[in-house]
Formats: sequence, structure tokens, C-alpha cells
Amino acid sequence: MDTFIVLVLLTFLAITAIGIIVLRDLLGAVILLGVYSLTAAGAFVVMDAVDVAFTEAAVGAGISTILFLGALSFTRHEQKPRGHDSWVALVFVVVTGGLLIYGTLDMPYYGSADSPSQTHPELAVRYIQESGTEVGPPNIVTSVLASYRGYDTLGETVVVFAAGVAVLSLLGLRRRRPEDEAPEDAPGDIPAADPQDSQRRKV
Amino acid sequence: MFIAATIALLITMALTLTRALLGPTLFDRLLAVNSFGTKVVLLIAVHGFMTGRPDFLDIALVYSLINFIGTIAVLKFFEYDDLGSGAYQEDDF
Repeated sequence: MDTFIVLVLLTFLAITAIGIIVLRDLLGAVILLGVYSLTAAGAFVVMDAVDVAFTEAAVGAGISTILFLGALSFTRHEQKPRGHDSWVALVFVVVTGGLLIYGTLDMPYYGSADSPSQTHPELAVRYIQESGTEVGPPNIVTSVLASYRGYDTLGETVVVFAAGVAVLSLLGLRRRRPEDEAPEDAPGDIPAADPQDSQRRKV
Repeated sequence: MFIAATIALLITMALTLTRALLGPTLFDRLLAVNSFGTKVVLLIAVHGFMTGRPDFLDIALVYSLINFIGTIAVLKFFEYDDLGSGAYQEDDF
């Protein structure tokens, strides 16, 4: 039953991703990205990866939706129609995706009993028996994430912080005045092609 | 019984996802996305009871809160076309 639910949720993910790509309306795409994150988080919960699901829901559906909306307030709501599709980009993306999928073939299967962390003679026993006295929290996953793998988590947090700083430096910290709404001089603004564009942006 | 509820939830999710993808206006999409988030919350709850471990109910609660915040942010963007605008800006400038 779990496999069935995960399969259906993954199908939803693929359909949502195609819809996001096809959609020209950027605000609608941002809304659909929320669906994508929530579906992924639901699949993670069904697969018992609760901590990953928590991060996905908080970052994917919560923060990044708001960051995308903040970025949208500096641009137009419609994707600019392009005359041609870039075949070079398509080939590049397909090759990169194929390499990533090829990389996952080395990983142990989902729930595999003979993965390195399961076959290690002392690792799981040590976590289960000693983490309560060594670290403290009753949840072993919390102990592993926050203490045994603390540097790894610190690195992830640094990456997220750097991404936030980059977004802030792109968008600019200066707030817009209500009477001077056209953001021609905003730091992260794309240059307006013609006056009609800035008019349309205000609507 | 939980299996039937799960299947019904998955069908409902498919229907709301269809509306979110086809929706002619943004409000259709937003309503569909909001109810889709509710269905994900319900799915997590039902799945927890189906596998006999309803410990993940608090996660479902957090999801519903996040869903609410996202909807509020998008609606504010609809209204003001900006996330930072508000009455406090008159005092600042």
C-alpha cells in the first residue's frame, strides 16, 4: 500500500513539474511550486523520512514561495515568449539528469537491509543504546542530525544562509516608496524595455 | 477502511491537481492548491492511522500552518502586487 501511495504521489510530482514548465504565467507557476513541495513532503512522510519531509515543507512550500513572490514583485508576471527553443540547453539538461540518475545506481536501495549503515557491526546499536546518555534527546534521528552529524548539518545551514544572502543582494534591501512604485532604479531590476512594461507591472 | 479513505483522498488530490493545472484564473489555481495542501495533511493523518503509528499528526498540523501562510502570502501579493507594502511605509518616508 505504501508503495502504491508513493507511486501515485510521484506521478503527481511529474505532472506538476510538466505543468510548471508549460505554464507562461509566473505567478501561477509559483503557486504550483507550492503543490510540488507539499506533494514531495507527503511522499517523504509516507517513506518514513520525517525530518526530510519537515525541511521540504518548511523550505519548499513556506520560505521559497515567499522568496519567489518577492522576486516576482520586481519583474513582470508573464514569461517572455521566446522565438526558438534552445536545443543545446535541452541536451545539456538531459545529459546532466542522466548522469545524476546514473549516480544514484551506486546507492543502496530504499529500505535495503545490507546497506553500509545497516551492516556496520556497531553503528546502529551504538546510536540506539548510547545516544540517550551521550547526547540527550529521546529522538535518535535528532541526535544523529544535530550531534553525530553536526558538521554536516552546519554545512547545510551555511549553504542555505549563503543562498539567502545571495537572494537579498539580488533583490536589494531598499524598500520601494508607495508613490514611486516603478522600480526602475531598484538594484535587482531587469531594465524595462518600453514604458508599457512598467505600466503593465503596476496593474 | 483506512485504505478506502486513502484511495478516496488520492482521487480527490488528482481532481484538485487537474483544477490547479487547468484553472483559467489564478484564483482557481490558488483555491485548488489550498485544498490540495489540505488533502496532503489528511493523507498524512490517514496514513499514520493506517500503519498504526499516528505519531506524525503534529507534522500534519505544521503542514496545514505552512499551507495557510503560503496562501496568505500569495493573496497579499494579489492585493498589493508587492510583499513589503503596508501602512507602515508612510511613516518611514
